[in-house]
Amino acid sequence: MSETMLQIDNLTRNFVKKLDLAGRLAQKLGSSIREEVVHAVDGVSFSIEKGGVVGLVGESGCGKSTLGRMIAGILPPTSGRIVYKDVALTDMNHQEARRAALEIQMIFQDPFASLNPRMRVVDIIGEAAVAHGFAKQAEIHEYVGEVMKRVGLDPEYRRRYPHQFSGGQRQRIGIARALAVHPEFLVCDEAIAALDVSIQAQVINLFMDLREELDLTYLFISHDLSVVEHISDRVVIMYLGRIVEIAETDELFREPNHPYTVALLNEVPRVDQRGLDYKPVEGEIPSPLDPPSGCHFHPRCPHAVDRCKAERPVLREIAPRRWSACHLNDGT
Amino acid sequence: MTGAPPTLDVRELKTHFFTKAGVARAVDGVSFSVGKGEVVGLVGESGSGKSVTGFSVIGLVDPPGRVVSGEVLFKGQNLLDLDEEGMRNLRGNRIAMIFQDPMMTLNPVLRVDTQMVETIRAHDKSVSKADALARARDALGQVGIPAPDERLRSYPHQFSGGMRQRVAIAIALLNKPDLIIADEPTTALDVTIQGQILYEAQKLCRETGTSMIWITHDLAVVAGLADKICVMYGGRIVEQGNIDDVLDHPVHPYTRGLLGSVPGHNTRGQRLYQIPGMAPSLLNLPQGCAFQARCPRADDACNAEPEITEPVAHRAVRCFHPHLDENEEIGA
Repeated sequence: MSETMLQIDNLTRNFVKKLDLAGRLAQKLGSSIREEVVHAVDGVSFSIEKGGVVGLVGESGCGKSTLGRMIAGILPPTSGRIVYKDVALTDMNHQEARRAALEIQMIFQDPFASLNPRMRVVDIIGEAAVAHGFAKQAEIHEYVGEVMKRVGLDPEYRRRYPHQFSGGQRQRIGIARALAVHPEFLVCDEAIAALDVSIQAQVINLFMDLREELDLTYLFISHDLSVVEHISDRVVIMYLGRIVEIAETDELFREPNHPYTVALLNEVPRVDQRGLDYKPVEGEIPSPLDPPSGCHFHPRCPHAVDRCKAERPVLREIAPRRWSACHLNDGT
Repeated sequence: MTGAPPTLDVRELKTHFFTKAGVARAVDGVSFSVGKGEVVGLVGESGSGKSVTGFSVIGLVDPPGRVVSGEVLFKGQNLLDLDEEGMRNLRGNRIAMIFQDPMMTLNPVLRVDTQMVETIRAHDKSVSKADALARARDALGQVGIPAPDERLRSYPHQFSGGMRQRVAIAIALLNKPDLIIADEPTTALDVTIQGQILYEAQKLCRETGTSMIWITHDLAVVAGLADKICVMYGGRIVEQGNIDDVLDHPVHPYTRGLLGSVPGHNTRGQRLYQIPGMAPSLLNLPQGCAFQARCPRADDACNAEPEITEPVAHRAVRCFHPHLDENEEIGA
């Protein structure tokens, strides 16, 4: 189809909890104490096409935010490659890397924590734009005013501080800050999760308008399947650091393949679903410190067989543009 | 559920907060009732007064807030007439509360069994410790905690978020209350865990005849769980009725707008309906209908206070211009 904007190859990120002095001593003396390693993102590969909206869904601890941060360049990967517009981020020269860093912008979940409370809105939005030469310091007010209008904020408010705005308005400021440096790719990490329902709808509409006007590509990270269904073209489902399924949005919601996807879809409360009488998937999300062997989902999976405990299922193309990591697809 | 008096009957409840900046009418004339074994969903956005309504019923409003007027009839008895001693006898006994953050219920430095036994014996000294422990264990089993015997001896931090919320629910259930007030109990939980909690909650109400007030901002959660729904805006219930009636044929423009803002199966690629503007400050509510500034149907009549009417059968609505034609577009 269209050209690939971003490609991720076997991306991995580990977090290691280093032993303290007492721990190292104990180890020297023969204790079995070891460094704890969390495989937050464990060998993840997928690609995003130019102009597409990819929804990244998963529950807490599945590594979706870590993945988003690596793509946005905030967090270096442990191994694997991120290829942006056919060049790996690690192979870029200084100029290319700088351009990529500007073109990939991130929008954060918490509109309260992600804005500097001591800066005026005009500086929050305009600082990076001026520093990178998109506007001159003398025209910053004019420039910021234009960006604010684009995200539905009154430019009159540009001298105010973040605390003078509501949650929805602050999220618009965060979006304006990203747009001010002419990005082509936005990583939205739970960007609407903290907002009220009626404000959520406003921000979702804003994202969709911006996509059309500015030809943006999105990676939309969310735990909310209804929102992802509404906004995305393709959906990536993660569970404990691994991708379990990738599919076109329509297909995924019509015919989920992976048992975890099925469970998720069943359990999303929906307005048109009354009087629940399903049996929810059992068990808890295992600790990423100590994930189950084989397929991470096997202890909760209703279809698990012995093979699932032993062997990690590979993410395979089960139909055109459709990937799933489940042994059940191999047939028997 | 007709005939017998309702478990809870709230009449014209007003709770105001007397702050330095003025009087915030957080709850301003709220009336609803909860029948035996019934689940009532109290839905609204932040600042709509839904939580304060719950706190007022159980007598946990802190200064500068005060219940100004109204009646809270619990099995015929007005709770507002009770002194602190009388309320304490009811609280945790006949009426229990579940909070959004289970750590608000649980004491982090006491083992779960200590806290559970204490809850039982605080209200009935004649129960022996062994009996209380047995009841605590049954309660943990009832909410689906595996290996309840071992878990009794754990501290709250040893539980995951979902498990902690189950413990909080188990504590609420210990004395077989007639009414449980649940304030956003699943908001902080993951989808599959939320599904489990909703499932348990519904099972309990059906099996034990416990009534429940479920406070949430999430219409979809209430859709699957509640029998009745009250939609709050600006400290008032703007629409209440049976869950199916209200969600399928909303009459108040705010309810319609809210439902239109929820992304769902059929909204992909379309713009969501968005309620313009944002919720007014409770300190500074407009004269007359609080929703008029955001309402597409508002006119001069809305400057007066809308009274509760019954524009369709079994529905209480505060609006001068309810949507009575079902085929109208949302927002018309």
